[in-house]
Amino acid sequence: MSQTLHAAPDAQLDFYDLVEHEHVAHDSTRIGFWLYLMSDCLIFASLFAIYGVLGANFAAGPSPVDLFNLPLVAVSTAALLFSSITYGFAMLDMEEGKKGTMLAWLGLTGILGAVFLGLTLYEFSHLIHEGAVPQRSAFLSAFFVLVGTHALHVTFGIIWLIVLMVQVGMKGLIPANQIRVQCLSMFWHFLDVIWIGVFTVVYLMGMLR
Amino acid sequence: MTNEFWTFIFGRLTWQAIPYYEPILIGTFAVVAIVGLAIVFLVTKNKLWGYLWHEWFTSVDHKRIGIMYMILGLVMLVRGFTDALMMRLQQAMAFNGSEGYLNAHHYDQLFSVHGVIMIFFVAMPLITGFMNYIIPLQIGARDVSFPFLNNFSFWMTAGGAVLVMMSLFVGEFAQTGWLAFPPLSGIDASPASGVDYYIWALQIAGVGTTLSGVNLIATILKMRAPGMTMMKMPIFTWTSLCTNILIVATFPILTAVLALLALDRYVGSNFFTNDFGGNPMMYVNLIWIWGHPEVYILILPAFGIFSEVASTFSSKRLFGYTSMVYATVVITILSYLVWLHHFFTMGSGASVNSFFAITTMIISIPTGAKIFNWLFTMYKGRIRFELPMMWLIAFMFTFTIGGMTGVLLAVPPADFVLHNSLFLVAHFHNVIIGGVLFGIFAGINYWWPKAFGYKLNQFWGKISFWCWVVGFWVAFGPLYVLGLMGVTRRLRTFDDPSLQIWFIIAGCGALIIAAGVGSMIMQFYVSITSKDKEWDTTGDPWDGRTLEWATSSPPPQYNFAFTPIIYDNDAWADMKKRNAMRPTEGYRDIHMPHNTWAGIVLAGLSVALGFALIWYMWWLAVLSFVGIIVVAILHTFNYDRDYYIPVEAVLAHEGEHTRLLSAGK
Repeated sequence: MSQTLHAAPDAQLDFYDLVEHEHVAHDSTRIGFWLYLMSDCLIFASLFAIYGVLGANFAAGPSPVDLFNLPLVAVSTAALLFSSITYGFAMLDMEEGKKGTMLAWLGLTGILGAVFLGLTLYEFSHLIHEGAVPQRSAFLSAFFVLVGTHALHVTFGIIWLIVLMVQVGMKGLIPANQIRVQCLSMFWHFLDVIWIGVFTVVYLMGMLR
Repeated sequence: MTNEFWTFIFGRLTWQAIPYYEPILIGTFAVVAIVGLAIVFLVTKNKLWGYLWHEWFTSVDHKRIGIMYMILGLVMLVRGFTDALMMRLQQAMAFNGSEGYLNAHHYDQLFSVHGVIMIFFVAMPLITGFMNYIIPLQIGARDVSFPFLNNFSFWMTAGGAVLVMMSLFVGEFAQTGWLAFPPLSGIDASPASGVDYYIWALQIAGVGTTLSGVNLIATILKMRAPGMTMMKMPIFTWTSLCTNILIVATFPILTAVLALLALDRYVGSNFFTNDFGGNPMMYVNLIWIWGHPEVYILILPAFGIFSEVASTFSSKRLFGYTSMVYATVVITILSYLVWLHHFFTMGSGASVNSFFAITTMIISIPTGAKIFNWLFTMYKGRIRFELPMMWLIAFMFTFTIGGMTGVLLAVPPADFVLHNSLFLVAHFHNVIIGGVLFGIFAGINYWWPKAFGYKLNQFWGKISFWCWVVGFWVAFGPLYVLGLMGVTRRLRTFDDPSLQIWFIIAGCGALIIAAGVGSMIMQFYVSITSKDKEWDTTGDPWDGRTLEWATSSPPPQYNFAFTPIIYDNDAWADMKKRNAMRPTEGYRDIHMPHNTWAGIVLAGLSVALGFALIWYMWWLAVLSFVGIIVVAILHTFNYDRDYYIPVEAVLAHEGEHTRLLSAGK
């Protein structure tokens, strides 16, 4: 598409493409989905900025050192990071057309995602039980919304994963499904990258503060 | 028991929310209801529902969607302009102890809703409408990258507009100004439904805008005709690309900040509150990080339209194409680095203010380069003073003055005096009306023959032109004067009687603009109903230079039977110069996307969700949210997304075009 065409002013040129081309399906989907991810990334960027500004406003309430349970977060982080690896294995199997093992890897990915989600919810309920509710201080508002938005994304990722497994089961690894698996892969790894930011900024730096 | 039941069903929506005690609103409601019922009656009588549903509402054709965006924008323009007239009348009256005719509750809603409507539901839909209609044609494509998403985006924008209109008759709109700064927009100061209407209308429309941005970027990057390198793209496509990059790079921030405001209001979190460590200035910063690029989102496509108009009606190539592209890109980048100039008075200190003052002033350099490019394009050109060209000249005159008052405001010491004054109001109307709106009017007159196959009426067009341009200066000149005298914005009554004459002059200006709006409606009406239209049989009524003029007017659904190959920018001018032969045989079936009902249904559910959240009808909120998820999932199970237009249909259309072309010769 992007090759430059030069021609002498009086040359006889083809001004219309008369030849039948194979229609390239889903040609724009990857770049389009990536653009969407970047817009999503900006939502997280705003939330990180909010956390950066408000994260130390404890309003005489609890601070990270009082609240966070690093071993628990380490386990949930490990679950999420492993889920990225298992998704990668699913992608490799898809390239080789192995539908059965691919679905198995996807299932494992979903389970690891659910473990992560369960631990996050457990942490939330624990905090709320202790009185560290979002209404308590700007720090807690920012914390719950940043971590909660990520968890919400993981939730939608899991729903999407289940739907996609059903669709692959029904229609097989047709091109339309392959592109969907690739998009969800981008989404899933994106959430991992965001989580590394959350883990570092919120938990590690919070405990050091 | 029953009381609890009704509270469960209707949340906090009660009969008190219906403003039957406001005679102005009752009158408005009566008119809207009568007009609405008349439209429904006419559509039903002529059995048009099926046609509208199949050919328009569910259409994924970028041209149909573009026209629907334009209709939405123009209808909302009438609403927003009516609000403006009411404010002008109030301010002209409310002197010498008179309270005017609007109470504070109503007046505060008016200036808020006027701003929201004009930016989100007039300027944005009109700009997006042009981008939708023109970009695929200019790059030689058959549709956008994601046709279903395009339809969905439109209906989400329309859904936001529906919520804003609903606030007129059910409950109230925000009384906070168009950006709803906390703590005023917090739950303590604004407990009623107004700010919630604001939040959910903008969130729903924002989803549409962001996705439409993604869609158009992908379209421009991936679907250009063979040979069209980036530096051979038409300027309108270039400015649209930059605008859509800005949309994708800023609207998520608006989404985030409004979501946090909503959490403060609904959950009681402390992001922007005054206590428990909240920080209201964080809201102001974040919303202007979106808000400043937003004005460039609006103006860049208008610059693109003016560039197309300048070169077409001067019958020569655009002067300084490369510098025009770079100026656009520089504006795109710089627009992200100036947001703080909206609140120099916040107290960030001299260094921070200086940085943002300088970046703001630097933006005038690429903008100035553009003005000179248009002037030099006209220089020694064979200029035709058609309506689009007249709008271009009015724009260059008006916008340059608006730009200069902007540079003046960029100087922090001057801004400390003029902040929040009518001088500021005059400045941004100067650039938005003189830039964006004039650009849209130029575009409507320029591309109407492409979209409908005949030119717009010149007589009413010229009357509308003169009323708008003269009316603009009569309306906003006095506001500059008043601002310099220290009058602040958003005032309902005045104490100093010597100011009244300026407000009366401004009111007269608004009436002249009203005549301009009326003439424009007349222009459309006369053009559409006229028996002897100025038909465009060639597809190229203005001797155009870009690819949209290479196909018939109106273009067929597939735009181009054969994809054009590009050797030069101004591709169509190049093809005409070198006598490119349009192929008249060898047609094939054409692969196109199917219509879909999913977009309008999802947007309808989103409106229901927004309404439920505004009125605390939690059962409806849950129901509509689940509905959205279920419909979205069901939609993904539809793999049958495309079909082929049979070669006979292509042959019929192209044969007719060939006949008209040879008859015209």
